[in-house]
Amino acid sequence: MSFPQPIATNRSATGIPTGKLAVWWVIGSEIVIFGGLLVSYIMLRLFHSGWDAEAAHTNTWFGAINTFVLLTSSLFVVLAHQAAEAGEEKKAFRLIWLTIGGGAIFLINKAIEWSGEISHGLVMTKSVFWSFYYTACGLHALHVIAGMVIMAIISFDVLKKQHMNRVELIGIYWHFVDIVWIFLFPMLYIAK
Amino acid sequence: MSHAEHAHQSIWQKYIFSTDHKVIGLQYLFTGMFMALLGGFFSYAFRMQMAFPGKDVPLWGLVTAGEYNALITNHGTIMIFWVAMPVLIAALGNFLIPLMIGCDDMVFPRINRLSFQIFFLSAVVLLASFFVPGGAFAGAWTAYPPLSSNPDYSLTPLGSVLWLIAVALEFVAFLLGGINFITTMMNARAPGMKMYDIPILVWMIVIASIVFMASVGPLVAGAVMLLFDQLFAVGFYNPAKGGDPILWQHLFWFFGHPEVYVVLLPAMGIVAEILPVFARKKLFGYKTILYTAIATGTLSMFVWAHHQFVAGIDPRMANVFTITTVLISIPIAEMVFVYIATLYKGSIEFSSAMLFALSFLVTFLLGGVTGIFLGASASDIYFHDTYFVLAHFHFTFVPIAILAVFAGIYYWYPKMFGRMMNETLGKIHFWGTIITFHLIFLPLFYTGAAGDHRRIYNYDNFPDLAKPYMNDLRIIATIALIFMLLFQIPFLYNFVVSWKKGAKAGKNPWNANTLEWTTESPPPHGNWKELPSVYRGPYEYSVPGRASDFWPQNEKA
Repeated sequence: MSFPQPIATNRSATGIPTGKLAVWWVIGSEIVIFGGLLVSYIMLRLFHSGWDAEAAHTNTWFGAINTFVLLTSSLFVVLAHQAAEAGEEKKAFRLIWLTIGGGAIFLINKAIEWSGEISHGLVMTKSVFWSFYYTACGLHALHVIAGMVIMAIISFDVLKKQHMNRVELIGIYWHFVDIVWIFLFPMLYIAK
Repeated sequence: MSHAEHAHQSIWQKYIFSTDHKVIGLQYLFTGMFMALLGGFFSYAFRMQMAFPGKDVPLWGLVTAGEYNALITNHGTIMIFWVAMPVLIAALGNFLIPLMIGCDDMVFPRINRLSFQIFFLSAVVLLASFFVPGGAFAGAWTAYPPLSSNPDYSLTPLGSVLWLIAVALEFVAFLLGGINFITTMMNARAPGMKMYDIPILVWMIVIASIVFMASVGPLVAGAVMLLFDQLFAVGFYNPAKGGDPILWQHLFWFFGHPEVYVVLLPAMGIVAEILPVFARKKLFGYKTILYTAIATGTLSMFVWAHHQFVAGIDPRMANVFTITTVLISIPIAEMVFVYIATLYKGSIEFSSAMLFALSFLVTFLLGGVTGIFLGASASDIYFHDTYFVLAHFHFTFVPIAILAVFAGIYYWYPKMFGRMMNETLGKIHFWGTIITFHLIFLPLFYTGAAGDHRRIYNYDNFPDLAKPYMNDLRIIATIALIFMLLFQIPFLYNFVVSWKKGAKAGKNPWNANTLEWTTESPPPHGNWKELPSVYRGPYEYSVPGRASDFWPQNEKA
C-alpha cells in the first residue's frame, strides 16, 4: 500500500534530502547510546583491577575475522549504492544481498564464538567485564540484524526501481554499524 | 492535497490511527492530561499521609509505607515522563510545528504515529505495574541501585522491571518524535522562512529535542544494564561483583539534569509566543533568546553531578560542578530579563493565557534562585534530600509543566478546537492555582530548612520533626494541595464545555502574527488550502506607520 506523502516530506530547506537528514540524526542518537555504554566500560575498567585477566579469554581471531567480514560487507553496500545511482537495479539488488550475507556470516561467526565461551563458563554474570562484553556485542548484533532486515525490505523496492535513494541511506547506517564494531573490537578483544 | 481521499476515513482511522500531526498532538495532550490527573491524585494520597499520618485517606484508604513509596515514585515518574514530556514537547510540538512553519504535516507522519503508539504502550506498561504481585516500583523516580536493581531490597520484583521498561519505551517514543521535529524544522519550512523567522517556540522544541537526544543515550545504555542487573543478577551496579552503583547516578543525571532544560525550553517558548501577543509589542531580543537557549542547552550537559554532592564523588569534582551549575543561572536569568523587557511600554492585556505566562516568569525565577543554594556544594550538603530540595524543584517544574502548559492551552485552544474558552473561569482557575501553589510549597521550603527529610513516611517517629508548628505547616501544604486540585475543576469544565459551546474563534482571535493563525480553526487536514509563504519575522507587533498593530508573517508587504 502506498502512503500519500505530505508536501512537507519533499521540502528541503537545507538542501539535504529529508531521509538522509533523519538517518544522520538517528546515527547521532545511536552514537550517544553506544558512547554511554563504552564510556561506562572504560571508566570502570580504568579504576578496577583484574579486568585484563578476564579480557585475556576473548578470542582475537574471531574478532579479527568478523572485522574483516563486516568491512567487506560495507564495501558491497557502497557498490550497491553506486549501482543504484547508475540505475542498475539487478546489480544493486545482488550487492545488497551480498551485504546481508556479510551480516549473516558475522552473526554466525559470533554465535560460534559465544557458544564456545558460554560453554567454558565465560557467561554474563561471571564478572563485569563479561557483562559489558555481552551487552555491548549484543546491542551491536541487534543493530546488525536491524540493518539486515531493512536492507532485505529495501532490496525488493530496488528491484522495482522504487525508492532507489534508500540504498544510500541504509549504506550510511551500515557504515555506522561497522564503525561501532571498529570501536568494540580493540576495546574488548585487543586490550588485554 | 488529497482532501477527497481523506474525507472517506472511518472514525477509527481519523482519531485512533491517524497520521495527521494535529490528531497525534491531541492524542498526546489527552494522554498527558489523564496522566496529570493520576499524578495529582497520587500526590493527594501521600500528602494526606504526611499531614495526618496513619489515618484513612478518603478515596484511597490507609497509605501503607510500601504504598507511600510507590506513590511518590510514580508521582515523580508520571509528572516528568508522562505529563511534562508528552504535553510540552510532543503535544505542542506535533500540533504546532507544522502549523507554525507553514507545511501540511510532519516530514515522517507514520513515524510520528508510531511514536505515539509506543508512548501509549509505555503508559499502559507503567499503569500495569500497579497490578502485579509486589505492586509498583517504589525506589523513587531516580531509581538508584541497589534499591532498583535488587528485588530483595525493593520487594517489587516485577514492578521495578515494568517501571524500567515503561521508561525505556517512553525514551524510544521521544527519540522518534524528536528526530521528526528536528528534520521537520530543518527541511519543511514555508518558502521565505529564514532562520530568524522561525517562531521561538519551534526553536525551543527543536533545541530541547536535540538536548534530549544528546543526553538520553547513556541512560538508554544504563537502562539496559539495569535491566540485566534486575533480571539476571549481573553486577553492573553491584560493587560485590566489580560494578559501581554511582555509575547509575552518573548515567541517570547526565540525562536527568538536561531533562530539566528539555522541558524548560518549550515552556520558555510558549511564554515567548504569548507575551508579544498580549503586550502588542515585538519580542525583545529574538537572537539573544535563541542563542541563550542554545547556550543553556549546551551548558546543561555539564552540571549533572550537582545531584551527587553527597553520593561520595571527589570533592574536587564537586567544585567543578558547583561552578557550571551556578553558571547556568546566567543564561536563564538573561532569558527571563529579556522577556520582562518585552513587556516594557507594551499595551498589556491580562487574558488567562497572559496571566499564566507572567506567573511562569515569577515562580520560575523563585525556583531558580532557590536552586543556587543547592548548586553550591557546601550548602547542598545541608539541604540535600530535604523538603527544601523538593520545594525548589516544584518551583521549577510546576511553572514549566503546569503554568506554562495552561498558558499554552488557553492560548491555542481556539486553534485546536475552533472555540474560545471562558475567560472568567480561566481567571478563577488561574488565581486558584497560583495562590494554592505558593501555599503548598512555600511552607515546604521552611520545613525542609528545618530538617524535614524527603524519604520519611511518618514524622510521628521523629519527635524532633513532629513538633506542632511543623505539623501545622505540613497540614497547610496538604490542604492547599487539595484546593489546588479542586481549582482544576473549573478548568476541566471550561475545557469540555467550550468545545461545543464556546464562542466561535475564527481564524485569528488574538490578532497574532504566526502562521498557525492564518488558517481555519481548527485547521483542516493538510492545514491550508494553499500553503503559505513567509515575508517577515514572527513578532512584528505595533510597527510604526502601520494601521493595524499586527503584521502576519504571510502577508506580502
